[in-house]
Amino acid sequence: MALTRVQVQHIAELAKLKLNDDEIDRMTSQLSAILDYAARLQELDTEQIPPTASVVPLQNVMRADRVVPSLPRDQVLANAPDKSEDGEFFRVKAILKE
Amino acid sequence: MELYRLTVHQARALLEKGEISTTELTRAVLDRIDAVDARVKAYLTIVADRALDQARDADAQWAEHRKNGTRAPALLGIPMAIKDEVCTRGVRTTAGSKILNNFVPPYDATVMEKLNAAGGILIGKTNQDEFAMGSSTENSRYFVTRNPWDLERVPGGSSGGSAAAMAADEALCALGTDTGGSVRQPASFTNTVGLRPTYGRVSRYGVVAFASSLDQVGPITKDVRDAATILGVIAGHDPREATAANLPVPDYESALAGAQLIAPLQGVRVGVPREYFAAGLQPGVERAVRDAIRVLESLGATTQEVTLPHTDYALPTYYLLAPAEASANLARYDGVKYGYRLEESNEMWEVMRATRGDGFGAEVKRRIMLGTYALSTGYYDAYYLKAQKVRTLIKQDFDRVFAAGVDVIVGPTSPSVAFKIGERVDDPLQMYLADVFTLSQALAGIPTISIPCGFDQGLPVGLQIIARAFDEERMLRVAYAYEQATEWHTRKPSL
Repeated sequence: MALTRVQVQHIAELAKLKLNDDEIDRMTSQLSAILDYAARLQELDTEQIPPTASVVPLQNVMRADRVVPSLPRDQVLANAPDKSEDGEFFRVKAILKE
Repeated sequence: MELYRLTVHQARALLEKGEISTTELTRAVLDRIDAVDARVKAYLTIVADRALDQARDADAQWAEHRKNGTRAPALLGIPMAIKDEVCTRGVRTTAGSKILNNFVPPYDATVMEKLNAAGGILIGKTNQDEFAMGSSTENSRYFVTRNPWDLERVPGGSSGGSAAAMAADEALCALGTDTGGSVRQPASFTNTVGLRPTYGRVSRYGVVAFASSLDQVGPITKDVRDAATILGVIAGHDPREATAANLPVPDYESALAGAQLIAPLQGVRVGVPREYFAAGLQPGVERAVRDAIRVLESLGATTQEVTLPHTDYALPTYYLLAPAEASANLARYDGVKYGYRLEESNEMWEVMRATRGDGFGAEVKRRIMLGTYALSTGYYDAYYLKAQKVRTLIKQDFDRVFAAGVDVIVGPTSPSVAFKIGERVDDPLQMYLADVFTLSQALAGIPTISIPCGFDQGLPVGLQIIARAFDEERMLRVAYAYEQATEWHTRKPSL
């Protein structure tokens, strides 16, 4: 399964990863090799086999509907790369273009 | 006496009698780090002052316990090394990544809360492959950790720092994480004990997520008894982590009783999978493991060949599922809420792309790409869903063997001994092969321990003992009986 550079660029965009030309070249050949290797799974007939998403047979673990304290805002924002002057909000660069 | 060489249970016996203080013990460990860590490079962060403060408190508590004849908590005054994947309140936690280079967690992981409550002293955070993705600790964004047995070789990974710290006596016990072998394979490369608990046995709350259907936290220790102790401390239900099973935690140490008997493994049925002795296994590793199986027989166990026919498919299955889950888990690193941000632009998406492009290293980017692809429209059924189905087959292999009455399954932890630094970094598939024997148990969610079982060309070999889900007791009993009958675990590298 050979990937193309265009496909790799498309995946990088989906994953929001900025890759330089060298990285795209290397990624194209390495991902192709790994996918070739993974293709051996197709040897197995799994028509009747259910998928395993998790080995724990759990569904919808509920907790009591009760308010519990969260971390204080200053601690939550302490690691933020950028925040508003009043320390109330995370700050990001412009989302909308003019 | 070289206090840093002590195991947890040895140190505890001396602390109980008041023959040593936790301050002496902590200083001995810190001095040891000063003496060897410039060469080994096990630690990313060392918190010496904080550790000595904690040690003074622990000494006061020990004095009270001795005076009143009360039982001290399991780890009171024991210096611990913690993998940097585990959040430690107020102590930088990077997961080996540049994208978390300045992250100071505002809370402790549940396992840290439990270790703290048991009186353990945090010495520092250990180096690892970035986000636990790797088998050599060469994928750390900070530096390469060296194997104390041969400084030109890798300590294994991804919990290589914790394993190296144990081998070099830079703490008394350590914590690692294991998604596809990251506790067991480095333990095998460093002559230490590494235990991957049953999926659901230990809470992952506050542990940096890699692949959530596989991630587990486990101890890396100097011997089996210590692994049992640490597991007992960290195991159990956690209302903050839905997969942490609501089951009682056995007294794992008492499961070790009886090892002194003449035939401690009488009646234990040991399965030896044909597929674990296939091509690619180094002859010296095979020899050591075959010898270990004979020791188990001499202790009373009966052995039989078993078959796990889908073993060969574990590697491709894992390398589709784990990256797929990782690509989702690592979406949170966006340079907004915490961690590193690269401000190359005034546009948010561009900042995010640049932050992630620079903040993540090559292997992490490779896996995010692979996982994103496996989950993308048009490829989901062929890759992700297919791998989930094969995961069922791999789990059924184990179910069948255990249902036939086999108590534990044994084999090599890794097909090779520690390899040279740089030898595999440019070939991801070669690197992935180091995990070929540790992936299928992770996919099946069952517990496994790696223990020292000999040497090949002067380098340690690990024996893997695999048990049914939530049957850590039997696994530990077999491991302990073997350890008591051999002396491999007492061998130390010269540094």
